[in-house]
Amino acid sequence: MNFAVVVFPGSNADKDCYHVLKNVLNESVEYVWHQDTDLDKYDLVILPGGASYGDYLRAGAIARFSPVVDSLVNFADQGKLVLGIGNGFQVLSEARLLPGVLLKNKNLKFICDTTYLKVVQQDTAFTNNFKENEVVKMPIAHGYGNYFCDESTLKELKDNKQILFTYCDDNGEVSPEANLNGSLNNIAGIVNKNGNVFGMMPHPERHAEDILGGTDGLKVFTSMINRLEEVRV
Amino acid sequence: MFKANVYVTLKNGVLDPQGDAVKNSLQVLGYNNIDKIRTGKFIEIWLDAKSEKEAMEQVEAISEKLLANLVVEDYRVEVVEVEK
Repeated sequence: MNFAVVVFPGSNADKDCYHVLKNVLNESVEYVWHQDTDLDKYDLVILPGGASYGDYLRAGAIARFSPVVDSLVNFADQGKLVLGIGNGFQVLSEARLLPGVLLKNKNLKFICDTTYLKVVQQDTAFTNNFKENEVVKMPIAHGYGNYFCDESTLKELKDNKQILFTYCDDNGEVSPEANLNGSLNNIAGIVNKNGNVFGMMPHPERHAEDILGGTDGLKVFTSMINRLEEVRV
Repeated sequence: MFKANVYVTLKNGVLDPQGDAVKNSLQVLGYNNIDKIRTGKFIEIWLDAKSEKEAMEQVEAISEKLLANLVVEDYRVEVVEVEK
């Protein structure tokens, strides 16, 4: 598989993603600079976390107009897989590849923590290696992670089973207390209607090795590889 | 030369934790008559255009494309002619 990790000015989790794909999973992966436009040779593109363009104006708003994101819209239209993590999720929502928007955290603080997530949908390109309703642990590190959309969009997300992860407590209870950033319905990650573009605020690439405290995040990557292998067969 | 003032504000119903924090702070300072505070952005743009109408149209397009996220924000534009 050929993976691409996009690098914006201000990305800071690009190397983490690259490391997991290259050294933990032995996959072929390349960095793609935000000025590049050729994504044809890649099977999957990752928009990493960070603070592209200093989060100026709105998180992800400026990155959305970089040349690579224009190509990415085309890439996604072809049904190819796209994963946005943290700031990558914000860019995908600004580019309207995903509905809704990520607002400032409810408590106004940058939250750096490890949180529990509930796997709401298991039968997707990004979560097929998890168990349905599994409670997993992943790190979060963001100031703008408060997911918001209007009521009709929320209904659509539910009806189409587009919500893949929600914030929960260690018992899997999707409670207000477990909702650290104030996201609507505890939403931590959503997929587009087509099922090929996924955005999540938690950082799976930072929980992909035992030495870093856990491997739950690795399953997001192995799920995507499973799906790509299925398509290839 | 024209100058445009763009006001970007949160739509009704969208949570504004920043506004709430400012309000709480004002209450600490003793301003107990404040009911609600909503924060937003104020953006000034100086531009060349053939007419006020053309300047307005351009700034509205810019606002929709980049300055405001219409999912959660509204915008309002004022344009005045100014000396270069």
